[in-house]
Amino acid sequence: MLYREALNKAIDESMAADESVVILGEDVGRYGGSYRVSEGLFSKYGEKRVIDTPIAELSIVGNAIGMAIAGLRPIAEIMTANFSLLAMDQIINHAAKFRYMSGGKMTIPLTIRMPGGVSRQLAAQHSENYETLYSSVPGLIVLTASNATYAYYGLKEAVFLNDPVVFLEHELLYPMDMEFKEIKNFDPFKAEIVKEGKDLTIITYLKMRYDVLEAEKELKKAGIDAEIIDLNSLRPLDIETIANSVKKTKKCVIVEEDHKTGGMGAEIAAQIQEHCFYNLDAPILRIAGEDVPIPYNRKLELLSIPTPDKIVKKILEWKAKNGI
Amino acid sequence: MNSARVKKFYYLMKLGRKFELAAKREYMNGNIAGFLHLDIGQEAVSVGTMQAFDKGDVFTHYREHVLAIARGMEPKAIMAELFGKKTGISKGKGGSMHLFDPTLNFYGGDAIVAGHLPIAVGCAYARKIQGENAGVFAIFGDGASNAGAFFESINIASAWKLPVIFFAENNYYAIGTHISWVSPFVELYNKAKNYMPSKRINGMDVCEVYNAVIEAKEHIENGLGPYFIEAETYRFEGHSMSDAGKYRSEEEIEIFKRRDPIENLKKKALELGIVDEEYFREADAKVEKVVNEAVEFAASSPKPEDYELFEDVFCKECENAVS
Repeated sequence: MLYREALNKAIDESMAADESVVILGEDVGRYGGSYRVSEGLFSKYGEKRVIDTPIAELSIVGNAIGMAIAGLRPIAEIMTANFSLLAMDQIINHAAKFRYMSGGKMTIPLTIRMPGGVSRQLAAQHSENYETLYSSVPGLIVLTASNATYAYYGLKEAVFLNDPVVFLEHELLYPMDMEFKEIKNFDPFKAEIVKEGKDLTIITYLKMRYDVLEAEKELKKAGIDAEIIDLNSLRPLDIETIANSVKKTKKCVIVEEDHKTGGMGAEIAAQIQEHCFYNLDAPILRIAGEDVPIPYNRKLELLSIPTPDKIVKKILEWKAKNGI
Repeated sequence: MNSARVKKFYYLMKLGRKFELAAKREYMNGNIAGFLHLDIGQEAVSVGTMQAFDKGDVFTHYREHVLAIARGMEPKAIMAELFGKKTGISKGKGGSMHLFDPTLNFYGGDAIVAGHLPIAVGCAYARKIQGENAGVFAIFGDGASNAGAFFESINIASAWKLPVIFFAENNYYAIGTHISWVSPFVELYNKAKNYMPSKRINGMDVCEVYNAVIEAKEHIENGLGPYFIEAETYRFEGHSMSDAGKYRSEEEIEIFKRRDPIENLKKKALELGIVDEEYFREADAKVEKVVNEAVEFAASSPKPEDYELFEDVFCKECENAVS
C-alpha cells in the first residue's frame, strides 16, 4: 500500500464512521491535496466536510480549534511543516493550553497533519520538521508516521483522541509502496522494535528508519547485530521500550534528521541517562542533521543530513574510539 | 425604553462596576495578582451585547469579567478565580484573563490579542454546517483590529458567509498606543465595510449597544453572513493595574467620565419616569451584597491542591498513556 493511500484510507474511514470528522487546509478539496492524501474525499463527502481554505495557516489551525470547540473532529492539513510556524500561536497558545487554563473545561479534539523533513532540493523554507518544537509543549501529543501501517492506524487513533495531536509525515514517503500489516490492539504511543539485535540499540523515527535499515545491512557485514527502534510517538515518549533495549545492548545510537542542537536526540539521550546511565558501556552517539538551514544544491543537501553511508561510518568510528 | 430591560441593564452594569472596584481593592490588598484588566467605563458594551446576544457562542478577549457576569457566570466563581482559588471558574489555573464556561457557551478570556478571532470563525463554520443559526459573537479591542488574525478572520467569515458578529470595542488605546498612531482609521468599521455590513455606534449608551446587537443578530440568524459593529467606548482605569497612564490627559478622561454609562442610564430613566428611585436604591443594595458575598467566598475558598498542578494537561485517556 502506498503511504499516502494509507493516510487517505484512515481519513476516509474516519469520515465515514463519524460525520463530525472534517478536513480542512489549502488545496485539500477540489485539488485533492498537494500530496494526493485527500484525493477523492471532496466528491465523496462534499464541500462542507472537505474544506478548501485560503493560504492562511493561522486561520487553518485557529478555525479548526473553533470547530473542535463546537463539537467537530477537524483534521487540519498544513501543506508543509515550515508553514506551521505561521500557526504556532494557535497550536501552542491556544490548542495546547485551553484544557489546562480552563481548569479542564475545554476539550480540543484536533489533529494537525503536516508533511515535512528534507525532501529533494526544496531548500530552506520547505525542508524541515519541527518535532522538537512541538514535542516540548505540554498539552500536545506528537506522533510520527514512518510507514503505511502506522500512518493508517496512528491517524485513525489521532482523529478520535480528545486532545490536540500534531501528526508528522515525511514528504519522501508519500509515493512509497509499503507493506501493510493488520494490527489488533494498536497502541499509538508504543515504539516499534523494527529489528531485534544484541550489540547496540539504534533509535530513530520517520524517514530515517529507512536510512538506518539500509545502514544496518553494512553493519551486519561488519559483524554488528543492531536493534532498531522506531519511536512512532515523540510525546509521549515510550521510554520503557527504549530503556529495556539499552539495558540489553548497553550501547545506544540516535539517528534523527532534524538539527543536532536541541534536537529530539538531545532529549532522548537525557532521558536514557536518567533511566539507564549505569548500563551504558559508551557515551550515547547522536547522528543528526547539521546545524545549518537546508541548502538547495543536492550535494550540500545530502551533506546536511544523515545518509546510510554516514550512519555506518559514524557508528564504526564511535565503536573504535570507545573500544566497544 | 422598556422599564424591565432598563432595570436589568442598570443592575448588571452596576454589579459589573462594583465587582471591578472590589477586584481593584483586593488587588491592592494583595489577594489578586498578575494582570488585572478592569472594565470600568465600558460596562454598557459588556452588558448591552450579552443581553442581546443571549444564545450562541461567545469568544472574548481578556477584559472580560463584566462580560462573563452579563452572560450569566456567577460573580463568586469569577472572584474566586481572580483569587486563584480551587473554587474559581477555571479552578485557579486561568486567573483574571481566562474565564471559560462551555455550559454558557462562553469561551474566553483569550490573552493573545486577536488570537480568538480565527477560533470564533471556525466555531461559526461548525455551527453553520450543524444547522444551528444562533451564530457566534466575537468581541475584541481596537488593538486587535491591527493584527493579521483580524484580517484573516473578516476575510474568511465574509467569503464563507459565516454567522459571526465581530464586535470592536474601540476605547482608542492599545495599552498606551493611540489607534491614530498605528492605524489609517480611527473609526474601525472602515476596516470591515468592504467585507460585511459595518457600523459605528455609541458604546457608552447601553440601549444603543443592545439595539445594534439585536439588529446584527437578526442579520446572522437569517444566513446573511457576518456583521461588524464598532462601539466607541472608554476605560476610566488604566490598561491593567500596572499602567501609570502617562499617555492620556486628565481632561480626556474627564470628558468620557461625563458619559458614564451607568449614571446616564439612571438619569435618563428617572427623567422619563420609567423607573423610580426606589428601584435604584434596592438594586444598589443588592449589588453591594452580591459583591461582598463574592469576595467573602473567594477569600474563604481553599487553594488548589499540589496534585492539581498535573491535572487537566490532557484528557484522562491521554493522561494515562502519557504518564
